[in-house]
Amino acid sequence: MGAQTITMDVRRVGEKTAVVDIRGDVTAACEPVLMSAYEAAGGSATNRLVLNFAGLEYMNSGGIGMLVTLLVRANRQHQQLAAYGLSEHYREIFELTRLDEAITIYDSEESALNGVVR
Amino acid sequence: MTETAGPDKVASAEQIGLSAREAAAAPPRDAASWARKVDRLQVDARDGVRGTNVAGRRLTGPVQGFGKMWQKTYRMDAGPRIQPQQAIATWREHFPEFWPKGNRFAGALTGINPGDVALLDLAIGGGVKLSTGVFVLYADTESFTLMTPQGHMFAGWITFSAEREGDTTVVQAQVLMRANDPLYEIAMTLGGHRKEDKFWAATLTALGQRLGIGDPKVETRSTCVDSRRQWRHSRNAWHNSMVRSVLQTLAAPVTSLGHLMRGSRSGMKSQPNG
Repeated sequence: MGAQTITMDVRRVGEKTAVVDIRGDVTAACEPVLMSAYEAAGGSATNRLVLNFAGLEYMNSGGIGMLVTLLVRANRQHQQLAAYGLSEHYREIFELTRLDEAITIYDSEESALNGVVR
Repeated sequence: MTETAGPDKVASAEQIGLSAREAAAAPPRDAASWARKVDRLQVDARDGVRGTNVAGRRLTGPVQGFGKMWQKTYRMDAGPRIQPQQAIATWREHFPEFWPKGNRFAGALTGINPGDVALLDLAIGGGVKLSTGVFVLYADTESFTLMTPQGHMFAGWITFSAEREGDTTVVQAQVLMRANDPLYEIAMTLGGHRKEDKFWAATLTALGQRLGIGDPKVETRSTCVDSRRQWRHSRNAWHNSMVRSVLQTLAAPVTSLGHLMRGSRSGMKSQPNG
């Protein structure tokens, strides 16, 4: 659990949707970065938040716990949470932890933005 | 630390396809630390525990639970001499030995490893043991995480970790959980949380003593992450291991008699004629 190596860049796509590009290591230590990204994504003004995991390099169980915390926050604001760019390995972790039942996983940014599961 | 939580970075090729890492087909650094995906738990019989209420059950995370969501953290200052890896290695290897008296953790002989299923008998009073289990979701040199199955008191996971903070090592257990069903939610409210706090404080104290800490002090912090209950999961009560354990305890004499009779009947059949 050394120095944080994570970047989360926020892009707005339309009025109500934001994409967070996650690059690096997702651990419990990066919770402040994720929450800052969440605020930058527009907070309650956004109704769909899409997490792009294509740049994900490492995730431990603390990282999964942090995503649950984000999910609670998003649910409180009646926002949908979606994800794409997950490798097979991380997709299996989402399924194992049953996080995929609350965060819909898509194959691409296009399908995530359109809400179409392929 | 690089932290760029600002807006308007332009899309990259990553956004439309696989990451560079995946394209290169290199396994991720965490690959060996995670358990392989399972749909339902499979268990072998273990000595010293009843071993019921686990086989065939699905895992449950905080998303699948019923009650309020809590994050409970139990922290202990292990001092400057203990390294995080040393604390976690000891904890993983001797995990059951640190449990408070009256509770049994029957795991693999090799310690805590990703994908293992451990069977538990937990003292709930009145001479009744709650039989359930846990699944080792994740384990590395500085942390490990246990996840609960259907029927367990709570849906969620417990992460045990150690890290350097300044010139000292801090060891902690952190629970992220919801009570699994309405019955457990009532039980947790009526003393269950307090009992759990005592349980993990006692566990950390025992670990601290094993690590050679003179007078281990455990700090407990509980935060309600989500005060809403998930009523759509109230039917989790069907799997309630506490209710089932009570019924299994009550039925034990009849079950044993049945086993005896079946045994003696098959013994008679196997006797040679004449």
